[in-house]
Amino acid sequence: MKARVTVTLKNGVLDPQGKAIEGALKSLGVDGIGSVRQGKVFDLELSGDDKAAAEAAIKAACDKLLANTVVENYRIELL
Amino acid sequence: MKAAVLVFPGSNRERDIAYALELTSGVKPALVWHADTELPAGTDLVVLPGGFSYGDYLRCGAIAARAAIMDAVRRHAERGGLVLGVCNGFQILCEAGLLPGVLMRNSQLKFIARNVHLRVESSNSPFTRRYNAGAVIEVPVAHGEGNYVADEETLKRLEGDGRVLFRYCDATGTVTPAANINGALNAIAGIVSDNGRVLGMMPHPENHVDPAVGMTDGRALFESIAEALQTA
Repeated sequence: MKARVTVTLKNGVLDPQGKAIEGALKSLGVDGIGSVRQGKVFDLELSGDDKAAAEAAIKAACDKLLANTVVENYRIELL
Repeated sequence: MKAAVLVFPGSNRERDIAYALELTSGVKPALVWHADTELPAGTDLVVLPGGFSYGDYLRCGAIAARAAIMDAVRRHAERGGLVLGVCNGFQILCEAGLLPGVLMRNSQLKFIARNVHLRVESSNSPFTRRYNAGAVIEVPVAHGEGNYVADEETLKRLEGDGRVLFRYCDATGTVTPAANINGALNAIAGIVSDNGRVLGMMPHPENHVDPAVGMTDGRALFESIAEALQTA
């Protein structure tokens, strides 16, 4: 089983990197992009086949390490 | 004083901290490896030095905050022991939940390495008792992620309880947008825990302790700790 975890900044948290990318896209002449927020993607390989156990393990991984929930949200997708 | 300076893979300021501690207290601190599970018996101060623990992978301080020794640091803090985190050490303390908030990328996206002015907001602390409240000191910073962020409620609590010990300011002690080098909320450079015994700060007081360097504005911080522990 595989899973993907997407970590994004919470709304209202300033993202200077996203802003810099936004500026770079504008200077490249790429039109139609209003704003950019940068995040992280983790692709995980799970050892077992139990879906519920996998979800619980990934949630623990997110809460303990992958995301800093003070400023970040995470989303788990089982693939 | 019995101080323990933690060493993580990628720490690089542990010797500077050890030098400052020995210079001001006369006692050599122990260097403690991150994989150890206990602090030396009788430790009354734990210092988390600056550097780039684990190469700043994932988030600055995130992996070091989960190191084996951190459980012992947590127990030390719960007992009311003194803890000082400088730069990466501050980031680790936030990631470990020993201090609230988080240090984000500098708002200008640049690594900043230069001297800055700090206003000492309170002298009612074991870390600042040898300063006068309102004093302006000059110490270096060297960081890319020093932009302090916390939610509104946390910020209100920090300010209301007088837990902001250091703020970025200009040479006259005025907090200005230009002096707030990394965009930190309320120009926060250093905060303490709710019991006042854990201090995290981005600037490096340990680098301004010896007249040979030209400035000694950071020295009183280490003298404060030594004095606080002596009279405790």
